[in-house]
Amino acid sequence: MKRYLTRKLAIYILTFFLAVTIDWVIPRFMPGDPVQTMLSRANLRAEAVEVMRGYYLKAFGLDVPVWRQYLNFWVAVFHGDLGVSVYLFPKPVSRVIMEAVPYSLALLIPATVLSWIAGNKFGAFAARRKWLDNTLLPVGYLLNATPYMWLGILLAWAFGIALGWFPIAGAYGFDRTPSLSLGFILDFLWHWFLPFASLFLVQFGGWAIGMRNMVIYELEADYSQYLEALGTPRGLIRRYAFRNALLPQITGLALQLGVIVAGSVVTEIVFSYPGIGYLILQAIQNQDYFLIQGCFLFIIIGVLLANLVVDIVYIVVDPRTRRGMMGES
Amino acid sequence: MKNEFLYFALRNRKLRLGLSVVLFFLLLTFVGPLLTDYDPWGYIGAPAQPPSAEHWFGTTTFGQDVFSQFVHGLGPAFLVGALGGGLATLIGTAIGFVAGYRGGWIDEILNMLTNIVIVIPTFAVLLIIAAYLEVRSFFIEAVFIGCTAWPWTARAVRAQTLSLRAREFVDLARISGMRASKIVAFEVAPNMMSYLVMVFILQFGGAILNAATLDFIGLGPTTGISLGLMMNYAVLWGALQLGMWWWFVPPGLAIALIVGALYITNVGLDEVFNPKLREK
Amino acid sequence: MALKVEGLRVYYQTLRGDVRALDGASFSVGDGEIMGLAGESGCGKSTLGRSLILLKPPMKYVGGEVLLDGDPLPIWDRERMAPYRYKKVSIIPQQAMNALNPTRKIGRLIRELLEARGVSSRDLLPELKRRLDLVELSHEVLKMYPIELSGGMKQRVVMVISTLLDPSLLIADEVTSALDVSTQKRVAEMLVGFRDHKFVRSMIVITHDISILYQIADSILVMYAGKLAEKGPTEAIVRRPRHPYTQLLISSLPEIGVRHTERRLSGIPGSPPPLLEPPQGCRFRERCPVAFDRCREEPPFEELAPGHLVACWRAHG
Repeated sequence: MKRYLTRKLAIYILTFFLAVTIDWVIPRFMPGDPVQTMLSRANLRAEAVEVMRGYYLKAFGLDVPVWRQYLNFWVAVFHGDLGVSVYLFPKPVSRVIMEAVPYSLALLIPATVLSWIAGNKFGAFAARRKWLDNTLLPVGYLLNATPYMWLGILLAWAFGIALGWFPIAGAYGFDRTPSLSLGFILDFLWHWFLPFASLFLVQFGGWAIGMRNMVIYELEADYSQYLEALGTPRGLIRRYAFRNALLPQITGLALQLGVIVAGSVVTEIVFSYPGIGYLILQAIQNQDYFLIQGCFLFIIIGVLLANLVVDIVYIVVDPRTRRGMMGES
Repeated sequence: MKNEFLYFALRNRKLRLGLSVVLFFLLLTFVGPLLTDYDPWGYIGAPAQPPSAEHWFGTTTFGQDVFSQFVHGLGPAFLVGALGGGLATLIGTAIGFVAGYRGGWIDEILNMLTNIVIVIPTFAVLLIIAAYLEVRSFFIEAVFIGCTAWPWTARAVRAQTLSLRAREFVDLARISGMRASKIVAFEVAPNMMSYLVMVFILQFGGAILNAATLDFIGLGPTTGISLGLMMNYAVLWGALQLGMWWWFVPPGLAIALIVGALYITNVGLDEVFNPKLREK
Repeated sequence: MALKVEGLRVYYQTLRGDVRALDGASFSVGDGEIMGLAGESGCGKSTLGRSLILLKPPMKYVGGEVLLDGDPLPIWDRERMAPYRYKKVSIIPQQAMNALNPTRKIGRLIRELLEARGVSSRDLLPELKRRLDLVELSHEVLKMYPIELSGGMKQRVVMVISTLLDPSLLIADEVTSALDVSTQKRVAEMLVGFRDHKFVRSMIVITHDISILYQIADSILVMYAGKLAEKGPTEAIVRRPRHPYTQLLISSLPEIGVRHTERRLSGIPGSPPPLLEPPQGCRFRERCPVAFDRCREEPPFEELAPGHLVACWRAHG
């Protein structure tokens, strides 16, 4: 178990190191002069150009040797200094991101956890039950193949525009300010529901299909056949199969994190939901490079942390890792 | 053997359904542009018109023909799918093969690399690269996707190679003095062909979805039309608020159908290649 | 008679039609008898073994009757058969190494298995421990996960589990084939011990390895291409086989007591007939060195000497 965790941690630390390096390398070594590109794209007034040029030159620290620039970058990262946003000038990037994070997490965590649980339960239930299975297969695969933004668009159109049941933009009404009052919380949930539902549904399809396939595989496994030959009631065999099929699904969750993050980004864009995804769109449209870099770093850190959580859950659930019998996943 | 696979392949409903849908869209990719004279970007009609005999899929807020955009957007989707998915399959297979076959420290290093790339969200890397690249083409997009989507394939192929390596016929070849590369090419690879075909299909679908996501947030190719870009414009220019369903339904539906059909094809192929699943 | 099988037919359903894996089997196994069941792979011996306990698709019951201790076994009805499983008929499966749920400790697995069958696990615990001693396993295994045990240990755990409820009939399907030679011998002796301790009344030991049967079986039944070829006391089958197939099978063994590992008998030219549409008459005809005209008719499986049955025109003379 210790070996398992240290191995994982080593990979995460290495990954973080690599990510910061990418974040530093790409703006500097892409073809062209980044400062000039940014200034020409940013479409600023003449006096602003000069201010920004000075700022960029200093921010990139282009006047010192390369190794020094790289070191300085690391120091800045550890101080949480990710530069200043152009689009929300002069707000620091880290603050802009921190303000958006709660909204993203409020969507991502419930949608991912709930869809994982519900999808697994449903998939296991449907496996080997003719009628349900025949429905689950096409519907599940189609849901899983649906681009996140498209399902979001469809839901927004159907329930927001056509039926008018839900708002389709923002995290709360324009006339409200965030507070802990019941009115605000209800309004927040009302805005939250559609983006949540669209994230939930696409993932649900994937988990249900995955679980269905895994359970069938487990029911075919030798230990299930043996139990059946000994006249064990189906309930117990299914319970074993479900539990054992859950393990690869946990690993699957870790593997899917990147896709899920991308999905939530586009979902936020569709619903103008003020999380990281919406921020990314704004940053791209406004050529706010420091903000893009900040979002990149932030997503990586978030995914690494989530991976760590999944690893710990896996250790708790799989007795074999606890007993130190598996080197890695 | 070959005939037996063909026999079951032709009788597999999932396979037939999946392939027909994919083939239909592939056909539309080639025939579609011939059915319409409209320039996908041209302002050729009254804005925001619902579907009619003149404009089969209606027009955009700017009076562009949605059908023309749609059929011209199908090509890039298949292109990115084939190229990006193919590249990812190739890299993943090569790395998985070498890691599984050679073992030892080579395996350790490749495994480490795979684990790192697995953890880094593909999307985030594409985001930062695309943001700094001024001119982007479909080709570059496909290459990026291929270079980041390979890890799960490498893992799966490595496991397959390990199990194949343990089988007798590879031992026999090794004892009889065949070179490693020859063993892989003539003994291991043929036994994995069916598996690799299925991997490619999944990567194909994944690449299409990935590209659509990138296009949708405006980090796709800087020229040309794509299904993701159509949805991007539809959302940006108020298709939702104006209820212009004909603008955003076709591109997303096409992606969902193509990728879904690919997945179903895969399940069908699995049943054909895997007798245990077949006889139910 | 502990077990009596009459005209049992079990086919495999495939898209191309029925494979006649077991095409009419009649035999009996006496009280306390260990019967070896031998033949090439694909001859139907595993089908026979499995159909006696768990007959499920793609296997299909076609006809025949099975009596265990005088009571008919409803082997064609998957649900009605359930109460008989484990308590009356039990099995040590082919892949005993993988037969244990990997995420349950052995002790808990046994407890849940017994409780699910309405048996108190607490009452059986002393007996369970006694039997673990018998197969030379420490009681610690009950607190371990299967992955912590060696292949031979898992095999013995499965043997104990399978016989814990003292079934009348035990089917041991290729129990020794995955083990090394020294372990093989020990496992075989343990099987005999189980019979001697009256844990099981009678036993069918399925194997392609006749040398193991020579050590432990009271009688041997030889199958060929879905049909019974010969059955008799072990001594008679090994020393004086009467069916040409048995003769070739025995003579292809280098020496009794030496393991025979070939899956397909290289000593006999040709291969078994396809069971999708098997030929009329004796199914060994094509490969038989002494075949003659009469072999176009199907030979009856008849007694030559007391307890020695053969399906061959030559033997019946």
